Amino acid sequence: MITLGQIAQELNLEVATGAENLERRVVAGYASDLLSCAMNRAKKGYVWVTLQSHSNVVAVASLLDLAAVIITEGNRPDEETVARAQSEGVCLLLTPKTTFTVVGELAALGVRGEPEQG
Amino acid sequence: MSQVPQITRIQELIYELPIERVMTTPVITVSPDTTMSELKEILRVNRISGVPVLEQGRLVGIVSIEDLIKALESGDIHAPVRERMSAPVITVRASESVVEAVKKFAQYKVGRLPVVDDDGNLVGTLTGGDITRGLLEAIGLDYHAEEISRYRARHIFEDIVSDQTGLILRYRIKARDFTGGGSASSKIKRALDRLGAPPQVQRRVAIAAYEAEMNLIIHTDRGGELIAEIQPEVIRIVATDNGPGIPDIEQAMQPGFSTAPNWIRELGFGAGMGLSNIKKCSDAMKLESQVGVGTRLEIVVRVQPVISGSVQQSEGGREQGREQEKP
Repeated sequence: MITLGQIAQELNLEVATGAENLERRVVAGYASDLLSCAMNRAKKGYVWVTLQSHSNVVAVASLLDLAAVIITEGNRPDEETVARAQSEGVCLLLTPKTTFTVVGELAALGVRGEPEQG
Repeated sequence: MSQVPQITRIQELIYELPIERVMTTPVITVSPDTTMSELKEILRVNRISGVPVLEQGRLVGIVSIEDLIKALESGDIHAPVRERMSAPVITVRASESVVEAVKKFAQYKVGRLPVVDDDGNLVGTLTGGDITRGLLEAIGLDYHAEEISRYRARHIFEDIVSDQTGLILRYRIKARDFTGGGSASSKIKRALDRLGAPPQVQRRVAIAAYEAEMNLIIHTDRGGELIAEIQPEVIRIVATDNGPGIPDIEQAMQPGFSTAPNWIRELGFGAGMGLSNIKKCSDAMKLESQVGVGTRLEIVVRVQPVISGSVQQSEGGREQGREQEKP
């Protein structure tokens, strides 16, 4: 399984928080800008791709114990959100790319929508 | 990764631990008139490498196996200790922290430090070995204390005997407080983790509590209350508010149906998935609402007994599991 660090490097992502988590393995991926959908479908160890950047993204990531959130289209979390992510150990990765591009690149690296069997 | 916090803990400990906790007592001492050959016997019998020298209760020097070897080499084995001891003596105070001793060992290159109380009376001796042993013991105690508190949290429901034991967590949720959104559900999840709830139960409760919390934030006029009632077999989440109320509950339950205004949807809320997410995660759900009065949402998540190899099962969780009825 690929690590967050490898993903951050390959996709040229800015590590906003959670640099200490970059060794963490990514189980699978999910993309949506609706928080309830992420709540429903993303699971522990997933990377979540969204253009939302407010502090509830951190709440969802923390509740689900996601590996990381990739925030797209150049959206930047405010200071409060960054502080909350830091205190809850949530990894936020930033990119100017669109969600579509990021998901495509993740798929090329072998990240799937469901965890691999076995 | 796991090395890092341990090193930090040792660094903390050498500042926290007082020397008196790790020093050796009682102290074997000699008088200045003891001969070096008598000293040899004292060191051999007690398996130690040095002793403080006391004259009428006053610390006047320290003599070690190294001094003894030098005396042997120069044929001075019958000389009194007074002639071969090191003086003046470097000491440490019993009340000081271990780090002070570590500094003195490094600074003076000595292997043994006499420990004195605040009045200068000899109360113990200290070697590097004493410090190592003391640190190991303190870490062991820490570890033990952590284990105990973990055990206690996990067995809280088994240890407290009553006809119905429950833990109630109550949170005030403010309307439109998107920044604080999710913090009550985070706290509920943490409590469940602490109590040793299975990960699947934690996940289901976290999702249901989060959606209920967000509903209070997004849809109510003046916020509401989120209550988690944690019992050994069942977790009940109740969200109540005083309005505006839901006109058509059946419609509200439809996945995708949303009354959220655009600005809230732009934040990614109001997908119309909240209630259906809750339903999916719960074993039972009851939604009552009256327009102009308020809404009460009750969510039940049952703690199923874990199938195999679990602590709960071997320690009596099975009894509780068997009594459960499927919803």
